[in-house]
Amino acid sequence: MTMATPTAESTPVSQKQPPHPVQGVGPGDRAISVLNGGFLLLWGLITTLPLLWAIISAFKTNGEFRTKPLALPTSLQWDNFVRAWTEANIGQFFINSVIVVSMSLTMTMAFSAMAAYVLARYDFVGNRLVYYLFLGGLMFPVFLALVPLFFVVNNTSAIPGLGLNSYLSLALVYTAFSMPFTVFFLTAFFRTLPTAVEEAAIIDGCSHFMLFWRVMVPMAKPGLISLALFNFLGHWNQYVLPLVIMQSNDKKVLAQGLAQLVRSTGFRADQVALFAGTVIALLPVLIVYVLFQKKVQAGLTAGLLK
Amino acid sequence: MRHRKYPFVLAFLAPGLLVYGIFMLSPYAQAIWFSFTDWSGLGRATDIEFIGFGNYLRLLDDEQLRVALRNNFILLIVVPVVTLLIALFLASMLNVGGRRRGAAVTGVRGSAVYKVVYFFPLVLSTAIVAVLFNYVFAPARAGGVLNTISNAIGVDWVLERIRGEGRGEILWFGEPAFLIWIIAVVMIWSFVGFFVVVFSAAMQSIPRDIYEAALLDGSSRFNTFRRLTVPLVWDTVKVSWVYLAIQAMDAFALVHIILGVNGGPDGQGDVLGVAVYRAAFAESNAAYAATIGVLLLLLTMAITLMFMRALRRERVELA
Repeated sequence: MTMATPTAESTPVSQKQPPHPVQGVGPGDRAISVLNGGFLLLWGLITTLPLLWAIISAFKTNGEFRTKPLALPTSLQWDNFVRAWTEANIGQFFINSVIVVSMSLTMTMAFSAMAAYVLARYDFVGNRLVYYLFLGGLMFPVFLALVPLFFVVNNTSAIPGLGLNSYLSLALVYTAFSMPFTVFFLTAFFRTLPTAVEEAAIIDGCSHFMLFWRVMVPMAKPGLISLALFNFLGHWNQYVLPLVIMQSNDKKVLAQGLAQLVRSTGFRADQVALFAGTVIALLPVLIVYVLFQKKVQAGLTAGLLK
Repeated sequence: MRHRKYPFVLAFLAPGLLVYGIFMLSPYAQAIWFSFTDWSGLGRATDIEFIGFGNYLRLLDDEQLRVALRNNFILLIVVPVVTLLIALFLASMLNVGGRRRGAAVTGVRGSAVYKVVYFFPLVLSTAIVAVLFNYVFAPARAGGVLNTISNAIGVDWVLERIRGEGRGEILWFGEPAFLIWIIAVVMIWSFVGFFVVVFSAAMQSIPRDIYEAALLDGSSRFNTFRRLTVPLVWDTVKVSWVYLAIQAMDAFALVHIILGVNGGPDGQGDVLGVAVYRAAFAESNAAYAATIGVLLLLLTMAITLMFMRALRRERVELA
């Protein structure tokens, strides 16, 4: 790697230190800094350029896109977005995604926080077993479950509100598949919380539930928010699970609709509408991420560094 | 207090365990059962017959499966190594790479912005990533970014001289040997940012005075990186490695959307996940799909355990 710079100063003991070593920035060091800066910038460009290109392409005409893929549009084609929203059904897919994700996120966070809390703070028979049961789910490849999952969901058709092509079914499936990850990280998070507050609350006669709701949840708020954001991104972008459960066209979610748009020959001719649809799909996650990126990162670190 | 513990514990575990059990554990258990049957996936699940290890024997002489295995193996080696190296390098630059007046060890200028930008690919859905890279690697006529750029700088002219008339463009999706490497590049592209952020957090928790001491001792940047930064974040690297290895065994959505259900020309871009999907939904052989799935599960588990063991190392306690 480029880090392999000459190690000219590797004789530490005998070397005479400059009076203010902290400020000693030599010309060689500066050259390395420029080089490193270049690499940082390069990777920044590699990550952002495809995105920017997609956004710019969404405003072009199809003719412009094919003849000059890298040029800027001559005029902004807002009509692309209208076509994507109405003709390509992105509008309906968008609404479906919002409904499913709002349900699944609520359930994921509530059920995971409750389970993680008792796993982290209570000593009971089977604690380890349940913990590893959840943890084991992290290793399972999703598509191993796809075919049986279809039948499991289909078998719930007798229960009103469940069955295939149901928002609630998909939300429940999302919840189940998010639990290993969420429980794993929240358990680590609840373990880090100080016990002193808990002891004080117990001495004051606080019940188990009140202790959780009034004391532990507020203390765990940073972790909960970060994981909620993390799960929001995961659920919003989910592609494989809805493929199995949402089969009727009016119930499909956004990622599914987008993949369908790529494959459908009818829209292969209208590439700019595909890009407009892509922009519509990525806008919510981009907004959420830009607004809350500090919190997403804080929560991840809390879990991964434990 | 102690005697009222169990009702509470049960009440808190029940909803989660119920949903998890019905919608996640039970499909997996059923998948394992299906792998020992002849079920096609079309008929009712009650009309199926137990056939023992028949499906597993079929795995042994499935030529296409060997291609998928080889590709997963390539991803398993290449993706974690390259991703973690780039991420460690970028993260150390961002967090401890700068040497500015007044502070011995800081991040470089603009590091906060870089951390936001690098993370972008992670918030995108695989469908979007796949759409983007479809067009990045497409032929220039179809709006391919890479080929338009390389044609503009004359790569097509050079290639035409070497390969003869009219073959000046690299058709990325037309070369069977390229396919899995395209998938690897896309995976690396989407994961690096995540681990830059993860490693950044780990590096932020290293006390600054350790770096100041290293600087006073005249340690070069490379030595500081290799002997200080990397060992101190090794625990995080280990977890990240396992996570990436699991991801590399997946790759389903990317291959499925970019290369299609057959894994591209000659099926050379095939991976195990797509093989499962193909068997289940294109070839209507749910039992065989489940068998490949079980193989994939066993491989993933074995790899996870292997990596955990191989990367075990004494944990360094920071002050």
